[in-house]
Amino acid sequence: MKRFVYVNDDDSSHELYCDNRISNRKYTLLNFLPKNLWEQFSRFMNQYFLLIACLQLWPLITPVNPASTWGPLIFIFAVSATKEAWDDYNRYLSDKKANEKQVWVVRQGSKKLIQAQEIHVGNLVWLRENDEVPCDLVLLGTSEPQGVCYVETAALDGETDLKTRNIPPACMGIDSELLHKIKARYGYRGVMECPLPDKDIRRFDANVRLFPPFLDNDVCPLSIKNTILQSCYLRNTEWACGVAVYTGNETKMGMSRGVAEPKLTAVDAMIDKLTGAIFIFQIVVVIVLGIAGNIWKDTEARKHWYVLYPEEGPWYELLIIPLRFELLCSIMIPISIKVSLDLVKSLYAKFIDWDKQMIDVETGTSANATNTAISEDLGQVEYILTDKTGTLTENKMIFKRCCIAGTFFGNENGDAVKDVELLNAINTGSADAIRFVTVMAICNTVVPIKRNYYSASGTVLYKAQSQDEEALVRAAASLHMVFVNKNSNILEINFNGSLKQYEVLEYLEFTSDRKRMSVVVRDCDKGNIMLLSKGADETILPCASAGHQTKTFSDAVDQYAQMGLRTLCLGWREVNEAEYQDWSFMFKEANSTLVDREWRVAEVCQRLEHDLDILGVAAIEDRLQDGVPETIETLRKAGINFWMLTGDKQNTAIQIALSCNFVSPEPKGQLLLVNGKTEDEVCRNLERVLLTMRITKAEPKDVAFVIDGWALEIALKHYRKAFTELAILSRTAICCRVTPSQKAQLVELLKSCDYRTLAIGDGGNDVRMIQQADIGVGISGREGLQAARAADYSIGKFKFLKRLILVHGRYSYNRTAFLSQYSFYKSLLICFIQIFFSFVSGVSGTSLFNSVSLMAYNVFYTSVPVLVSVVDKDLSEKTVMQHPQILYYCQAGRLLNPTTFAGWFGRALFHAIVVFAITIHSYAFEKSGLEEVSMVALSGCVWLQAFVVTLETNSFTILQHVAIWGNLVVFYIINWIVSAVPQSGMYTIMHRLCRQPAYWNTMFLIVAAGMGPVLALKYFRYTYKSSKINILQQAERVGGPILSLGNIEPQPRSLLDSDLAPLSISHAKNARNSVFEPLLSDSPNALRRSFGPDFFHSHSPYSRNKDM
Amino acid sequence: MNSNAPSSTPAAAADLRRNSKRPRYSRFTQQELPACKPILTPKWVISAFMLVTIVFVPIGLASLFAARDVVEIVDRYDAECAPLGSRSDRVRYIQSAADKTCNRTLSVPKHMKRPIYVYYQLDNFYQNHRRYVKSRSDEQLRSPSNEDDTTPCKPEDDANGRSIVPCGLVAWSMFNDTYSFFTNNSQQLPLNKRGISWKSDRDHKFGKDVFPKNFQNGTLIGGASLNESIPLSEQEDLIVWMRTAALPTFRKLYGKIEVDLEAGDTINVIMQNNYNTYSFNGKKKLVLSTSSWLGGKNNFIGIAYIAVGGLCFLLALTFTIIYLVKPRRLGDPSYLSWNRNPGGGH
Repeated sequence: MKRFVYVNDDDSSHELYCDNRISNRKYTLLNFLPKNLWEQFSRFMNQYFLLIACLQLWPLITPVNPASTWGPLIFIFAVSATKEAWDDYNRYLSDKKANEKQVWVVRQGSKKLIQAQEIHVGNLVWLRENDEVPCDLVLLGTSEPQGVCYVETAALDGETDLKTRNIPPACMGIDSELLHKIKARYGYRGVMECPLPDKDIRRFDANVRLFPPFLDNDVCPLSIKNTILQSCYLRNTEWACGVAVYTGNETKMGMSRGVAEPKLTAVDAMIDKLTGAIFIFQIVVVIVLGIAGNIWKDTEARKHWYVLYPEEGPWYELLIIPLRFELLCSIMIPISIKVSLDLVKSLYAKFIDWDKQMIDVETGTSANATNTAISEDLGQVEYILTDKTGTLTENKMIFKRCCIAGTFFGNENGDAVKDVELLNAINTGSADAIRFVTVMAICNTVVPIKRNYYSASGTVLYKAQSQDEEALVRAAASLHMVFVNKNSNILEINFNGSLKQYEVLEYLEFTSDRKRMSVVVRDCDKGNIMLLSKGADETILPCASAGHQTKTFSDAVDQYAQMGLRTLCLGWREVNEAEYQDWSFMFKEANSTLVDREWRVAEVCQRLEHDLDILGVAAIEDRLQDGVPETIETLRKAGINFWMLTGDKQNTAIQIALSCNFVSPEPKGQLLLVNGKTEDEVCRNLERVLLTMRITKAEPKDVAFVIDGWALEIALKHYRKAFTELAILSRTAICCRVTPSQKAQLVELLKSCDYRTLAIGDGGNDVRMIQQADIGVGISGREGLQAARAADYSIGKFKFLKRLILVHGRYSYNRTAFLSQYSFYKSLLICFIQIFFSFVSGVSGTSLFNSVSLMAYNVFYTSVPVLVSVVDKDLSEKTVMQHPQILYYCQAGRLLNPTTFAGWFGRALFHAIVVFAITIHSYAFEKSGLEEVSMVALSGCVWLQAFVVTLETNSFTILQHVAIWGNLVVFYIINWIVSAVPQSGMYTIMHRLCRQPAYWNTMFLIVAAGMGPVLALKYFRYTYKSSKINILQQAERVGGPILSLGNIEPQPRSLLDSDLAPLSISHAKNARNSVFEPLLSDSPNALRRSFGPDFFHSHSPYSRNKDM
Repeated sequence: MNSNAPSSTPAAAADLRRNSKRPRYSRFTQQELPACKPILTPKWVISAFMLVTIVFVPIGLASLFAARDVVEIVDRYDAECAPLGSRSDRVRYIQSAADKTCNRTLSVPKHMKRPIYVYYQLDNFYQNHRRYVKSRSDEQLRSPSNEDDTTPCKPEDDANGRSIVPCGLVAWSMFNDTYSFFTNNSQQLPLNKRGISWKSDRDHKFGKDVFPKNFQNGTLIGGASLNESIPLSEQEDLIVWMRTAALPTFRKLYGKIEVDLEAGDTINVIMQNNYNTYSFNGKKKLVLSTSSWLGGKNNFIGIAYIAVGGLCFLLALTFTIIYLVKPRRLGDPSYLSWNRNPGGGH
């Protein structure tokens, strides 16, 4: 189960592994038609329509012209096939672009420029700076003497910092010219033993063996550190070269790409379910009527001599009557529902595209709905899984404030870099301030890059593994302490024009356990050795020298943390030469231990990091995107649960979570950590957290759990059940250090619990989760457009999510709920009439209506008025934004479920009885001509449906009036015209009917008898059993502005503050019930745990200060 | 924000040009069409129901009066015009060649204004049966060139190898009882058999140059025969019969009596009881009826109108009482559960 890759194998392994051709296509030219048809017919509804259409070809049983079914059917299939073909063509184009990119590859011992798709496993690929890696490579050489290169892996895992990758030790020192000469096979001079392709981007357990003349022939292990993977970018390295080990769709990226499954909305699923129910009902009706028909035929019809039933029929005679009824009842499942739904769905999508309020003014990007079919799901979202960097934050760290030796800087203007006092302190040579800034500039692992040819001012670009460090170095630069150059171990600092050099002796690296990092440097001018440290307050402050006053610093840290700033404490100490030498020896020893190395190193570091002079506290802001806290708060109030999935560190994630209302700070909120590297640890942690969760279930506490990637992997593998329970119990979760496929797994987990999930992200690492989730939203942000392209919706800023869900999602759901049920209603109505008619026509399967009427009924009379419900709004956008809780109705599927459907079913039955009974009684005896009765019944249906649509419409725009009343007029015009054609069956019928007072009497009677009870029932429920929607509707139209009725904060300071406040009074008291019940009752404790904005108002004086 | 201002700056204009897919601002695209949002206030609903009451009750009364003015004589004769006995006896009788003349005496209860419509009514006769209703060829009836267009007419499409005109079960089973009316002094009441069918049918559906052919020549004789020298467009009984009825109980116009009849008059009807309804227990009735603006004597509309009007009145009354007894403020935000403070008194 391994693959052997021969280095620089450029001709012989072609047939073994696939080439580097990327293919995301679903079809080829040849298999398109059969495959597409097969896919379309795998849907139940389509099979059903096809069956009906085929049955209709049999004239003995068809009640209507088969063209009335075949036409629409072919049309529907053609439309969806065209759409698929177009999508696949676009995929082909983008694949082609990637495949035809030019790359340098060694062929026959010399570099050649070839297309990316021609790379084969074993080829030597050369990359230059800023090239995209075309396939998975194992590094063999770089331009850097230490054998490192820097790659940006954002597209792969979303981490924007640069990562270092090393040449395997065995290849160290091979001359770059010699690399060409490693020949494959002939001498077996280099062979790699690699695992089979997988999607794990953190593991690559392989070996390489190089044969003389290239060094030793020992096996040298390879790890992920020695690879550069497809879709990464080479940065800060002049060139690098490597052996292709995985190509095409077998790369780590390709394997984790996953096929985007077509998404089906919850509404669609419900409609399918209802369709199934109707289908069963239809079968029952058909069987009952079929049996009744056959019995009637055998007992009665033979006596009716004029029917002239033959004594002996063909073998299939028993089937004829049931099949006739099947065709008669086939309209129960309206073919028009598919057409109308597709039509309105694409209009919902257009509304999103068109929405002016979702245009990002900064970049001018508007929202875009790529997937036009799932808008309703937006209104039913229960979980939002969000990426952090670039999604919630702007992905820009900025040094904002600091506290140096007890003096606060940056408190006045909120920007320490511009604080005159700080600049003065530095310029006047205050020792503390200068040391502070020096630590900022030196104590890091940042790589400065001179980009003189890019910017005239000669500013230096910094590439850092951590954004915090970059922010500090950048800030130091603006405080005149410019980190100019790094030349292996020598750092050059330009302080106010004078160049200073420091030699880095050791890096004491950051680990998540130590939560601090230090550097040991020698001042090249003075020759003294210094230890510079920075880290979290809880790890730095205890290391302060005895007697050093740390109170001010811890106060400062608290203060900054409350503002949502990330804090770092900086410390400093001089180390004498002897101490350093001793320690250095220990450090080297610890670094070369094989057992427990990390622990040993940490211990040794500890021996140096003590007696620090605390210089001060630096506060860094990872600026949240505009409107993020408000958006999250509103959406949480709407009952949506938030999970944050980030590749970032735990601390950073928690900080951000706190600052964007994800969780409340102590004491209201509580974070439960699930950590651990071993199964036992994770298991214990999980148990503990679960226990706490269960206990606090009754309290109005904001409990969130925090889990990191390792623990998550163990939990998902071994304790899936416990973790699932945790996921259900917890409204909020923070998952840090997770990989793209873990993100997708989490989505999968929530989906398996039947939650509607929305994943939002901006980077390539979010693509899988976006594709996996019910709804994927991409932010067309700084990390490129990858996520936006894979997503169903792309928006410019996180804050538009609020509008996307509350306005577009909610309206779409409401509209589809009405439209789909109405479609069933109108088909059931006409179908029930047919069934009733069969009882007075000897159960023989006669159709009361002719083909023209039936088709026109479905296509025109009933479809047009209901289509304008796409502009119907039950509540104004403003009201919905003020009362996001109203989204419960959509989430819980209150407007489209078996109960509401039963209501429509009952209405159809009732209306059918009304129409049929009134028609046959008022058109009895001498007036009972078939054509006339048929037309009277049809008119009755059309009149009734006009009033039904009227009653169910909430807002009447001009379009509604035109569609509803215009449709009625059109009905008469069409029938008037058809009645003027002598060949048609209903020649002169309409002219006659319109002249009869009895006809109009009948119509009014049908409308009054049909709508009276419906109106009464609706009025009663509207007024005395009103839903929240009804109350808000009433309030909207009667009471004027609703927000003033809450009377808590009447003054409109900012829109959001005042709007949200009145609703949050009672939140603290609401009992929490986190297990979601789809049909939750309206009682207050059925609300899922609500989240008050109190924190924002009372606990955070700073944010309020900012507002004022 | 109500007018379109996207192109106010050159940059915005350029932006707009670049993104040409984006439409200009319109109230439709922004879903901001001015809308009227009526809600179901008690006042509105109660007055709607009252309005229905006020309109419907008078119409109902008027319809009832109209129906009361219609004078209708219904005489079921199938039982009396056949010899007593079992059903099979009657079937045998009706299928025999015996003389089937039958005399009936009708008395006029009220003054009947002319025209008096003479109908025959059949009960339990399924003209709407699927086998039956489809068994006709409108093309053949319309034009002689379509004479052989008899596919839908099965099983009555041809006899002795030649097409039947008019073909199909409907024509084949045509009603063939005949009536003639006499006053009590044996004077014949003239019966107008012209104009009993729809003019549109005579002009367009039944051809002037289509003559019955090969009709009732098969082994089984159905109903009436047709005079082969008269074109179909003038065979009005056939035209009337071919307008199939939607219900198993139906009346078809037989003729019109163009004189008034006085109350107390007796009318002797001499009829030929030819049509077989005995085999399926169908009833045959002779109906003489005047007509009103609503048509024949049908109380249904009137009663239904009054019932619906009354129901609406009851609903209006109930809602008024509920409204007065238990008023409820519309749109009170305290009804919103998330606004309801369990501790604080709202």
